[in-house]
Amino acid sequence: MTLRDERVTLAHGGGGKAMRDLIESVFTSVFNPPGMEDQARLMHASLQEPGARLAFTTDSFVVTPVEFPGGDIGKIAVCGTVNDLAVGGAKPLWLSVSFIIEEGCEVALLRRLVASMAREAEKAGVRIVTGDTKVVNRGACDTVYITTAGVGVIPSGRDLDARSIRPGDVALVNHVLGDHGAAILAARGDLMLSTDLESDCQSLGHLMEALIAAAPGTKAARDATRGGLASTLNEMAEAAGCSVELDETALPLRPEVKGVCEILGLDPLYLANEGTLVAFVPEAEAEAALAALRAMPEGQGACIVGRAVPKGNVPVTLRTAFGGTRIVDMLVGEQLPRIC
Amino acid sequence: MRYVEEFRDPKAAKALIAAIGRVADQIGATREKPVHIMEICGGHTHAIFRYGLDKLVHEGIEFIHGPGCPVCVLPMSRVDDCVTIAERAGVIFTTFGDAMRVPGTRKSLLQAKADGADIRMVYSPLDALELARRNPGKEVVFFGLGFETTTPSTALSIQQAAREGLTNFSVFCNHITVPEPIKALLDDPHMVLDGFVGPGHVSMVIGVHPYDFIARDYRKPIVVAGFEPIDLLQSVLMVLEQIRDGKAEVQNQYARVVPEHGNPISLAAIADVYERRPRFAWRGLGEIDASGLRIREKYLAWDAETKFGIGYAASPDDEPEGCECAAVMTGRLKPTACPQFGRGCKPETPLGALMVSSEGACAAYWTYGGARVAAE
Amino acid sequence: MCLGIPGQIVAITDEARQMAMADVSGVRREVSLAPVALGPLADLVGAWVLIHVGFAMAVIDAEEAAATLEALRGLGEAQETLEQMAEGAKALEDQ
Repeated sequence: MTLRDERVTLAHGGGGKAMRDLIESVFTSVFNPPGMEDQARLMHASLQEPGARLAFTTDSFVVTPVEFPGGDIGKIAVCGTVNDLAVGGAKPLWLSVSFIIEEGCEVALLRRLVASMAREAEKAGVRIVTGDTKVVNRGACDTVYITTAGVGVIPSGRDLDARSIRPGDVALVNHVLGDHGAAILAARGDLMLSTDLESDCQSLGHLMEALIAAAPGTKAARDATRGGLASTLNEMAEAAGCSVELDETALPLRPEVKGVCEILGLDPLYLANEGTLVAFVPEAEAEAALAALRAMPEGQGACIVGRAVPKGNVPVTLRTAFGGTRIVDMLVGEQLPRIC
Repeated sequence: MRYVEEFRDPKAAKALIAAIGRVADQIGATREKPVHIMEICGGHTHAIFRYGLDKLVHEGIEFIHGPGCPVCVLPMSRVDDCVTIAERAGVIFTTFGDAMRVPGTRKSLLQAKADGADIRMVYSPLDALELARRNPGKEVVFFGLGFETTTPSTALSIQQAAREGLTNFSVFCNHITVPEPIKALLDDPHMVLDGFVGPGHVSMVIGVHPYDFIARDYRKPIVVAGFEPIDLLQSVLMVLEQIRDGKAEVQNQYARVVPEHGNPISLAAIADVYERRPRFAWRGLGEIDASGLRIREKYLAWDAETKFGIGYAASPDDEPEGCECAAVMTGRLKPTACPQFGRGCKPETPLGALMVSSEGACAAYWTYGGARVAAE
Repeated sequence: MCLGIPGQIVAITDEARQMAMADVSGVRREVSLAPVALGPLADLVGAWVLIHVGFAMAVIDAEEAAATLEALRGLGEAQETLEQMAEGAKALEDQ
């Protein structure tokens, strides 16, 4: 079926034929969900294994611009939810997807986003099984917002939990830091910066499986999205009941990310990532974990960034290149570019 | 050479820290009887904490954090004026990100934006000029704030607007100057300073001689410093050596960027566009004579104060009760000794000037550690 | 105060407005050369400048930078010698 309109109108959200045409032409023909009821009816062998647990998560995605170097809002909506499942030790299986579309949004853009989602879902080994669309007045949202929910299965005996982190455990990342945040800042255009940076947006399900296989003692992992590595580590350290010490000289950063941060007075530790996780593993398994991560394309930048230490006054500190120490705090509000 | 990494070399830092220790011992500086060195510039304060330099140098050296954070010392009434302008119909109000969160008596610019005002963060006044070109039906106001480093950029932008006949652009001028508050601090009978690390990027514009009075009239050493950790450490060493040798001179550690007489084009632009106000108010310090700039008559068409009928009025002493910013800025009180520090006054709910911006001494203490790490 | 960062001028973009493209670690941004335009703009291509709020505020003096670093190298070597002497003295004491 072809769609005559080039732009989405309120009619496409009206519940009538226009809406059905949009959904069939743009969404279901690509996602190809199982069955056409208002619900997905699902079965998976891994769910029936004794001790297996269901993992369930949801996330909403709002990003300007909706297409950017290295990805788009559709790709992020798949990666983000897949990653929320994966870093908790779940094997991601199914996603739901819900679009809030601004009146006037180009249908061609929606098609590109949907294709991008389908591609990423296939790569991540998940199916998009159900969804919804709504159309809102111009100005009521910014082009398109996407909400995804995801279901996965945690195999029996696997229990990743930040509370199990102990002093001496090593903190690893799989990728250089801050690519997404810096790429988006540049892509927005209002700061008139141009770079070759691309978002690190990628699904981490396969990488997590490889990590756990190589380092079965892996304690916990999180994806360092909004608020960056700094905020993620603060959350983990608070849960863990120990502190974390980062090594400034070990932090992996691209020169361009450093450049963006120098120009705008930002701290790369707080820049968002969309395909970067931080995992705590026992020191004895650190080398095996690194080797496993580096063997995969998603983990080629893997390295140790710090370690858990006995609980101090603050959750996260950073040892500077000169042996000084500073606090790495939670972010207060949003990081704003500064001149002074 | 890229002029960054070379000046962050840990080996050189180690040597400098050791040399600083030796000279501090020669002076007889101790934790109980420290040498007080003021870094005037908020950028230096930020760097000291970011690299943990305060903990690495000899314990007999105490950094006093100066008033060189333009966002921190801006009176709340001027933020109120910004909000008033931004809330006018047809105005696009542009500002550096630094000023977004600064509280006014009514609200911050961030809150005004949430309430519907068209407020945009820009990296440069040039970006505000470009907005004015693209939005001829709107009045684009740029919030000009900062010391001599930043003043030329708004002066040159106003000159450019004048050349183009761009009449929908104006600057709300809050530019201030460095030497005057330093003089005010030196005249304070409670002042306990032994020497200064001078603001390198201000001197890049005005040169080193505006500080001559510090050495000549007050017999205090001052070293104009760069912003990398090596620059800072070397400058501290140079100050200490002057103290040890009984000297009081103006030295230039940052000669790769700072010419002795500053930047002639920038100075000419400042002189062309701006004139001194008789006095200007500083949060925490009160009014200081001739410490602020305003737009000259020939450029009043680009002056937001004129366009919007906003005058400068000395704000009454609106510091909240219990705020000890003035004592911290004159070195009488360490940030952590303020009864409000970390209690009533935190970065998310700043009470006083020094907690407002990440450049402020108290915010830097809080964010990067100071007391909180030390207490471990 | 006053964030300023070194960048290299890579091209003149608008002669009339004295604008040029600067590169900071692979990040490019158009900056004004007005404060450093003492001679022909083309002479500034390749120069390292100190950038503040979109303006090239100073041309960085490579010789002065090298002199600063050279002085530091001397200090570093002296420090190493001192440390070696201290270690030597300690070794003697330990004997």
